Amino acid sequence: MITVIVVCVFGLVFLGIINRAKSVFGGRIGPRAVQSIWDVVRLFKKGSVISTTTSSIFQLAPSISFVCVIVATLLIPFGPYPAVMHFDYDVVLFAYVLALSRFVMIIAALDTGSPFQGMGANREGLYGMLVEPAFFVLFGSLSLFTGHTSFTDMFRELHLGGGVSYMMAGLAAYIVIQTAMIESSRLPVDDPKTHLELTMIHEVMILDHSGFDLGLITVTSGLKFAMYGVMLTNFFLPHNVWLPIALAIGIVVQFAFAITAGGLESFRARFKMTRNPQFIITLTSIAMLVYFSVLILMHKIGM
Amino acid sequence: MNTLVTKNGESFLVSEIPFVPYQEFTGTVLALLHDYNNHVVHYISLKSTSGILPIVICIANDATAEIHVVGFEYDTTTLRSIESITLHNAALHIFERDLWERHGIAYQNHPWLKPVRFPKNSSHGQTIDDYAFFRIEGGEIHEVGVGPIHAGVIEPGHFRFQCVGEEVVHLEIKLGYQHRGVEGEFVKARNDVQRSVIAESIAGDTSIGNAWAHAMCMEGLRGITPDHSTQADRTIALELERIAIHMGDLSALNTDVAYQLGSAVFGTLRTPLINYFQHWCGNRFGKGLIRPGYNRFELTTALQNRLSEMLDDINKQYTAMAEKMFNSPSVVNRFEGVGAVPENVARKIGVVGMPARTAGILRDVRISHPFGVYGKAPYPAILLHTGDVLARAKLRRLEIDASMDYMQGLLADPRSAYEARPTVKKMPPRSMVISMVEAWRGELAHIVLTDEVGEIEMVRVKDPSMHNWFALAQALRNTPISDFPINNKSFDLSYCGHDL
Repeated sequence: MITVIVVCVFGLVFLGIINRAKSVFGGRIGPRAVQSIWDVVRLFKKGSVISTTTSSIFQLAPSISFVCVIVATLLIPFGPYPAVMHFDYDVVLFAYVLALSRFVMIIAALDTGSPFQGMGANREGLYGMLVEPAFFVLFGSLSLFTGHTSFTDMFRELHLGGGVSYMMAGLAAYIVIQTAMIESSRLPVDDPKTHLELTMIHEVMILDHSGFDLGLITVTSGLKFAMYGVMLTNFFLPHNVWLPIALAIGIVVQFAFAITAGGLESFRARFKMTRNPQFIITLTSIAMLVYFSVLILMHKIGM
Repeated sequence: MNTLVTKNGESFLVSEIPFVPYQEFTGTVLALLHDYNNHVVHYISLKSTSGILPIVICIANDATAEIHVVGFEYDTTTLRSIESITLHNAALHIFERDLWERHGIAYQNHPWLKPVRFPKNSSHGQTIDDYAFFRIEGGEIHEVGVGPIHAGVIEPGHFRFQCVGEEVVHLEIKLGYQHRGVEGEFVKARNDVQRSVIAESIAGDTSIGNAWAHAMCMEGLRGITPDHSTQADRTIALELERIAIHMGDLSALNTDVAYQLGSAVFGTLRTPLINYFQHWCGNRFGKGLIRPGYNRFELTTALQNRLSEMLDDINKQYTAMAEKMFNSPSVVNRFEGVGAVPENVARKIGVVGMPARTAGILRDVRISHPFGVYGKAPYPAILLHTGDVLARAKLRRLEIDASMDYMQGLLADPRSAYEARPTVKKMPPRSMVISMVEAWRGELAHIVLTDEVGEIEMVRVKDPSMHNWFALAQALRNTPISDFPINNKSFDLSYCGHDL
């Protein structure tokens, strides 16, 4: 339950914090972090324009996508505090509700019949597919390490101690941050601020959405970020931590994550589109390092 | 070779131009263009009398600072078909299309005879709605159309891509949405001031360049040579315009690759540069500064000091940011090898200005056909060879550096006050003048002709974009479609300069 509350609170301001961090790094004052809330409120108040070439899929997709992210959030524990839903192999459900969320957005984009959106959908599908192995190798390794297959049990059992396990946590954190950046279509793979349709990935898919639907999509991407933020926190929460301290750590991690994301977006350019697949595949190889650390820790292979 | 030889900004009589049979004309043109030092400046029709249309070509020699002019006469009553020269030299394609569009000249074997500007009284009979786009058929091919409203600068241009997946096989650029009739307005205008205002309004980002090119024509016709201080001030204005636009372009290039630091810093530095014109002449774009024969606002000692201090200040911040940007692996990686126009392609299509100088062709009017004070105070030659987006970005950086030094040099020179404004002399009848100015985009050419009584009969304007739009289309060949925006920005060609 704590996860849901943290995700809901930070989901609303997460994009605002990133934007604020980016403007400060860029030497500007920038909008307040809560601006992202007002943007969503403004969108919710607006009416929608719906293209006549689209079918009901187009209108359903943002809501389905939103629900998928909420369902995924329900599966994430908060350190030792269990998730709302937990059962064996819920890791698989997590991966595929997020995939379902992406799938409905892709078919909604194709539904509009616009060549831009077709291109965006194509790219989103490819990158989503490439990021999947990294996720499964990472959580497969953790599941091997802890002997459990649900997030709640896995994170309850995850004890850090000794050099290799810190390295493992560091690598896992890196993978989660990069996965979140890719899933949320941020730099260096995508640029949420670009106005150039031909270079867009996620943004171009939602070009036709307006009003309430667009607001929902914005909220969804904020929630997704905050959800990965909680997952990141889980790697660093000690085993038997007092709730207020756990919350404090959670809040610090969320802020640090948002500011890191802002920093990552401030001081670098995005990749050439053709380099993106190579970059995403490197995440899988880093996940393989986690796998080998697990094997070492469990004395399955010698040092 | 039977041609009239003239120089940049020198007037001559139309009757001096040799008009030869078309066969000989083709031979002369191809022989001239065979020499790499020569390139086409303009290829235009003059005023037709009783069905006979005189057509002249101006070819500039970059080594000798000469301009060759030769023409042929075309009978518009019979519209006899003539062999296109484009097949032998692609640089002429746009000019032949323009002539076909204006007069219905029946070119044989022109590979790409399509409308250029869709003027109201065109002879081709095509409207903008039934433009015949090039199409590639095939199961894997998909077509993407962008425009005609440009998302960034809000100028109309339509880009149609034939793609295989992410890769562009062919890009066709269709312009001609703005029917402004600029050249006609010049003739309707009653005096020098009106014509100067029109020249300044051809393209908002090149108002100094166009105003000067027009003034140079008028001065050439009237035989006026402005004094050194006037010329020096115009040179400073032109270089200031150059660095302001280059700075804005560097900012925009960084925006397009999501490098927000560069985008913010260069964007901030552009503002004081462009605003300096406001202090100098009361208009941010330098409108109202240059008039035929004189400048309306002298760069006083106070203004000179202010400019010099501002340039010093900007130079520090600019150098720091440029170092950072060009040493940032992610930015360099994004730009490198993207949209290369190699030297052989650039030569074939006859590019001018920046795309030429990044492809190893030193085509710079400031050096080859000096005007203003460029003859006395030479501008350094800047030449790059890779022809990609990185080279076009680097060239901007090098030109900003060079222009800042150059301006400081001019400001440090002792100068005398402006001489009295010359009295307006009458223009000679049946004369013609060609002026070329190296504006920030490249070679800008104005041609002015007078009639029997010495009144303006025709003004022809050529923006460097006329040559270079085709280079952008070439740059996109077999390039990912996602690289189009940075390519487009790195060329930063003019829509309104094209759609006169």
